[in-house]
Amino acid sequence: MKKNASWLNRFFMVLVFLFLYAPIFVLIVFSFNDSQSRTVWQGFTLRWYAELFRDRQIMSALSTTLLVSLLATLIATAAGTMAALGFFNMRKRWRGVCMTVNSIPMTNADIVTGVSLCLLFVAFFGGWEAFAGWCNGVQGLIRLPSRLHMGFGTLLIAHITFNIPYVILNVMPKLRQMDKNLIDAAQDLGCTWMQAFWKVVLPEIKPGIVSGALIAFTMSVDDFIISYFTAGSSASTLAMVVYGMTKRRISPKINAISSLLFITVLTLLIIVNVREARMEKQAARRRL
Amino acid sequence: MSKKLISLADCCMAFDGELVLDHINLYFNDSEFLTLLGPSGCGKTTTLRIIGGFLTPTSGEVLFDGVRINDIPPNLRQVNTVFQRYALFPHLNVFENVAFGLRIPRTESGGGRKRKVKIPESEIRQRVLEMLDVVSLKGFENRRITELSGGQQQRVAIARALVNRPKVLLLDEPLGALDLRLRKDMQSELKRIQQQLGITFIYVTHDQEEALAMSDTIVVMDQGRIQQIGAPEDIYNEPKNAFVADFIGESNILDGVMHEDYVVEFFNRKFKCLDRGFAPMEPVDVVIRPEDVDIVPPEKGQLRGTVTSVTFKGVHYDTIVDFKGFKWLIQTTDFHPEGETIGIILNPDDIHIMHKSAYSGMFGDYSSYSEEYDDLEDVSLLEEGVGDEE
Repeated sequence: MKKNASWLNRFFMVLVFLFLYAPIFVLIVFSFNDSQSRTVWQGFTLRWYAELFRDRQIMSALSTTLLVSLLATLIATAAGTMAALGFFNMRKRWRGVCMTVNSIPMTNADIVTGVSLCLLFVAFFGGWEAFAGWCNGVQGLIRLPSRLHMGFGTLLIAHITFNIPYVILNVMPKLRQMDKNLIDAAQDLGCTWMQAFWKVVLPEIKPGIVSGALIAFTMSVDDFIISYFTAGSSASTLAMVVYGMTKRRISPKINAISSLLFITVLTLLIIVNVREARMEKQAARRRL
Repeated sequence: MSKKLISLADCCMAFDGELVLDHINLYFNDSEFLTLLGPSGCGKTTTLRIIGGFLTPTSGEVLFDGVRINDIPPNLRQVNTVFQRYALFPHLNVFENVAFGLRIPRTESGGGRKRKVKIPESEIRQRVLEMLDVVSLKGFENRRITELSGGQQQRVAIARALVNRPKVLLLDEPLGALDLRLRKDMQSELKRIQQQLGITFIYVTHDQEEALAMSDTIVVMDQGRIQQIGAPEDIYNEPKNAFVADFIGESNILDGVMHEDYVVEFFNRKFKCLDRGFAPMEPVDVVIRPEDVDIVPPEKGQLRGTVTSVTFKGVHYDTIVDFKGFKWLIQTTDFHPEGETIGIILNPDDIHIMHKSAYSGMFGDYSSYSEEYDDLEDVSLLEEGVGDEE
């Protein structure tokens, strides 16, 4: 009886993983298929990968993606760390409120975030048009562009926006673990507040900042929906290009690029998780 | 020796409208070991943080060598602190922790203009190693902080503070986290370091034994007020009010009436004592230390009572004796079983007379002796809990 149950357990587990990973596995396998067909295996090739690198559109999307992700990660990490410091110095009740407000965007549906950001930009551009018209009318020194469009700038702002909560969420526990007396001690030994921050607080919370940055970068590379609503027509990320390609004639290049995206995100997530496990081990040792 | 180094003049401190320090007037002499002693919440740590520069008093002045330092931030004060749970920097090793203060460039205003002064590496190295030697941690330079025991971390914290050659070292319950034996060792170690370096130590504790063992001067505080200042012997032998008498050591405190100089009446009987200067027939508090009472056969005693409980304490027995409904604690090396009737004799120098104060009647009766012990344990637990939350 018991043996049966455990056999059933395993069977279901295999089934679950099969459903989860079989499509991705097939996708990766067929990215090496030497044929246009997506159903019949006709031999191994790296042709589709090579073609990726010859495809202008994909290459420019790749550079956009990397640039947006890197910039958004850098800015969001700095801003998120500062925000976490601010939250940390608040009274307990307000800190709780802020952390709750902070976690809402993370659980919010991407499409809602995307559409609302899109609407915000459109509204802002409307206001800008009026302002620029007035400004250019009253003075001739600085000429402001009269029309703004969605593009790289709005894409970057959107990515920074949705990345900040993840950074805060990772930095906050490190701040809380830190002995508050450390700052007092540093000041007592001659540091100004700023010196105390650089010499003592930053090294203490660095692991949290790095985790936050890694997750933010992953989220940026990974994102499709929010980018789709905020990138306009002049900039597009890899995910957007893949989506566009599925609308036209489907090429096995999609398999190749999706495989690459999958591997990248997977690698980043593994790094984050390994780091976390190692940090926990260290914390446990420190407690001893 | 008697030079005033730091003074607090009429200092008050309020948090959210609640008065934590109530008009504190206090001065600290050069190279003395002074202890701020009191129960948790008495304002002793607040006082220390005001001296360290982490708090600015709501009113009153803090003077260092006669100069007002109320608004000088902690990093510019010639004062260093040993924190309650050490607050060592976990990302640095022992050497770098101690060297931390020396590596901060200081602005010195020499010749009319300010310039940054850095201490050369060779001097840093020499001073750190010297200080590690003082705290008996030679050879530990490259250890990680996490690899040290509590006592060793404590020594690093002391070295880290002292290496900057402060004029005053502030210690905030530094031995609170150590076990009893280590605490005793560190007490004599601290006293040795203080005498070796000849600087002022201001020490905060709620442990009266610790205070008595180490201090030149003890300041007893309660409810934001100074209750008594004096040498350990004076505080123990001549407590000013019932609070001090109860907090320092054990005391039986009785209501009495001072008939004239050197004569006090309690339990309807006159006793000779050594105190004078009270108004005729002034009601007073009478303190009798439990170890000063001599037990004699009942017929020879000045007072007669019945033993109600006996507890073996190692060196002596804690004997609770009922005298007409008022229970005394008497500490003797002789065993007197429960129920025995005994007599006691009080010599004039066993009796200490205090003026009545707000604390009269709150302490000194041992009717609920065991419960009082429980209370004491609760206090220390509570204090740890509060500390953790900070």
